[in-house]
Amino acid sequence: MEFDPVTLARIQFGANISFHILFPTISIAMGWVLLFFKWRFNATRDEAWMEAYGFWVKVFALTFAVGVVSGITMSFQFGTNWPGYMRTVGNIAGPLLAYEVLTAFFLEATFLGIMLFGRSRVSNRVHTLATFLVAFGTTVSAFWIIALNSWMQTPTGFSMVNGQAHVTNWLEVIFNPSMPYRLTHMLLASGLTVAFLVAGLSAYRWGRGDRVRAVRHSLTTGVYLAALLIPLQILAGDAHGLNTFHHQPAKLAAMEGVWHTERGAPLLLFALPDEASQSNRYQIGIPKLASLIITHQQDGEIRGLGEFAGKHPPVGKVFWSFRVMVAVGVLMLATAWLAVWQLRRGEPAGWTTRLLTAMTFSGWLATLAGWYVTEIGRQPWLVTGVLSTADAASTVPGGMILSTLLMYLALYLVLLTSYVSVVFYLARKAGKHDDLPLSANLAGEQA
Amino acid sequence: MNAELWLPVVFAGLMAISLLAYVILDGYDLGVGILLPLGSEAERDTMIASIGPFWDANETWLVLGVGLLLVAFPLAHGIILGELYLPVALMLLGLILRGVAFDFRVKARDPHRPWWNAAFAAGSLLAALSQGVMLGRYLTGFAPGAAAWGFALLAGAGLAAAYALLGAGWLIMKTRGALQARAIGWARRALYGTGLAVLAVSIATPLASAHIAAKWFVLPDFLLLLPLPLGSLALFALLALSLPRLARRQAAGNDSLCWLPFAATVGIVLLSFWGLAYSVFPDIVIGRLTIWQAASSPEALRVILWGAAVVLPTIVGYTVYAYRVFWGKAEGLSYS
Repeated sequence: MEFDPVTLARIQFGANISFHILFPTISIAMGWVLLFFKWRFNATRDEAWMEAYGFWVKVFALTFAVGVVSGITMSFQFGTNWPGYMRTVGNIAGPLLAYEVLTAFFLEATFLGIMLFGRSRVSNRVHTLATFLVAFGTTVSAFWIIALNSWMQTPTGFSMVNGQAHVTNWLEVIFNPSMPYRLTHMLLASGLTVAFLVAGLSAYRWGRGDRVRAVRHSLTTGVYLAALLIPLQILAGDAHGLNTFHHQPAKLAAMEGVWHTERGAPLLLFALPDEASQSNRYQIGIPKLASLIITHQQDGEIRGLGEFAGKHPPVGKVFWSFRVMVAVGVLMLATAWLAVWQLRRGEPAGWTTRLLTAMTFSGWLATLAGWYVTEIGRQPWLVTGVLSTADAASTVPGGMILSTLLMYLALYLVLLTSYVSVVFYLARKAGKHDDLPLSANLAGEQA
Repeated sequence: MNAELWLPVVFAGLMAISLLAYVILDGYDLGVGILLPLGSEAERDTMIASIGPFWDANETWLVLGVGLLLVAFPLAHGIILGELYLPVALMLLGLILRGVAFDFRVKARDPHRPWWNAAFAAGSLLAALSQGVMLGRYLTGFAPGAAAWGFALLAGAGLAAAYALLGAGWLIMKTRGALQARAIGWARRALYGTGLAVLAVSIATPLASAHIAAKWFVLPDFLLLLPLPLGSLALFALLALSLPRLARRQAAGNDSLCWLPFAATVGIVLLSFWGLAYSVFPDIVIGRLTIWQAASSPEALRVILWGAAVVLPTIVGYTVYAYRVFWGKAEGLSYS
């Protein structure tokens, strides 16, 4: 297989952004969960809530750090890998990115210091405020970047003059047709990722016999949050799908594996889409269900990929990423509701805690799969109908991209392994200090 | 006045201020990272505690500086970062290693700790060297050839020495006792390195770039510019004289002027920075592209300027607040 610079630039950018998104996905919702712990402590004066805060804030600090440094990489690669992007849509991307840095990055990074290390230096109220501002900052950051990404999917509010996009209406740019759906979907994804992380790691401690109240609080919070958010996410995902059907029909056709425009399209559970023959092999489906879900009519029409010849995304990757995302979602629904049912009756069964532990990072899988659907599904466009990915690519020689790509991949592999193992190690270590008073426990922790 | 004329100047100024803030702020914390291997195991915890609450926000200035380059001067962003592709990749590698080592070194298993300490120090050094090389390459207008690359490597070593000096100054200010005494010693050594490097870069820059030489060595500009090198020289002399005195007084238990080395170093950075800015302006890619040729359309710049005018003072305000919260000597950093 031969790599041209465009493919290499895409792989490199894809690798970096895939690695990066794992960490904001956790820190966005984790900030609010920490605020929840803080609020419970303020309301009840139950030290166990603060102990839970003390444990999770460490995971948060680690996550945030990896997110920051991998995000710096992104700010360089927008320009190095996609110079045509700024040249064509810089008038739109520039201000949105600048507002993200100005309104979000400084806020979260500055108050993080106070949130992590300032408890003995500021009043409890200011510390709660700092926690709030960090959570707020991560969410504002998500708002801007999702607005930009959604604009690339469904661009509105601009006109093209001499090959450059010029803004005609900023509100239409920011609140473009897919933005509310994508933002909701992503924030819920972040909430679910954190819910399963908190539940999974607490279940891990629970299963090891570490059953102090702080662990019970965390486990309950994670499980209930998951059970609450997953049905909301299914509704939001459905609405997002309808939005895609209206605005990006080629992406939707690839998600459903519909090659030829048809009425009463089946929902495919399995198929191997084949670009050469323009058909699916080994197709197993439920009759009419895709049409019913997407058009809310049994015989609703879904436009097939054939209508978008040469302008539709690679089908297999989108088709399968979508199925991975949905499968993880279904598994999340079953697990969360089962765990809630058990917690309401008393204690979780051993195999339930093992299942939850196994699903600690399941949110990552679903989030990545979902982003692959939406990003690969936008191809061959970088900005739908405005700029193709190939036209935006850089002229940096392929060899240089390849060597740095290998460096990044090696680094990310090490960091990901370290992150996951350190998070579990923190959980084991936290269990060993339970006989000590809280203050002694925390004083030993330097960072 | 014509917006196409003044907006690029304003944005070049904002970008310069962001990069200056970055060099000073992340400079001291990278410097502490470079010095880390010189401290004992216990001292290392204090060294890192002295920068722990700040480093995240310090690095954000780099994102803002590069972000402004990207959004305000997209043409220059493509050329500059394309030319600097490898040193940028190495810098990012350094920043990533260092940023994660901050947390991993205290959270990972004890046997892994030395490894993360090494990653922290090596990452800090790599980032500093790469940034210096980027500066050197930039100043020669990305000229090919061994001499130009030699100049870039010299600039790399010089910036690393300057960061070490900033870091030592920070430690003198933020610590006490044995560590403070050692930091004074580190500052004395870093001062020689920085002095040599600033001198060498000052001599080599006009030699490496006829373009820059032409801007400095004409009358009356030369006389007007003279305060920059003379001011730097005075600050170097001040540091060279005051550090031994500070060491004697510190040994006697008096560190009332502990802020002086850091402040003087910041002064040197300011003067050097404005010297460089004068050398480059109004080009953004030396000899190839002026800020007006590289700028985005006024409509986009205006939207960003409104935001920046409101938000930047707020950022400065809460940054000052955060520094006040952690004012004084660094204690062992704790989550409680």
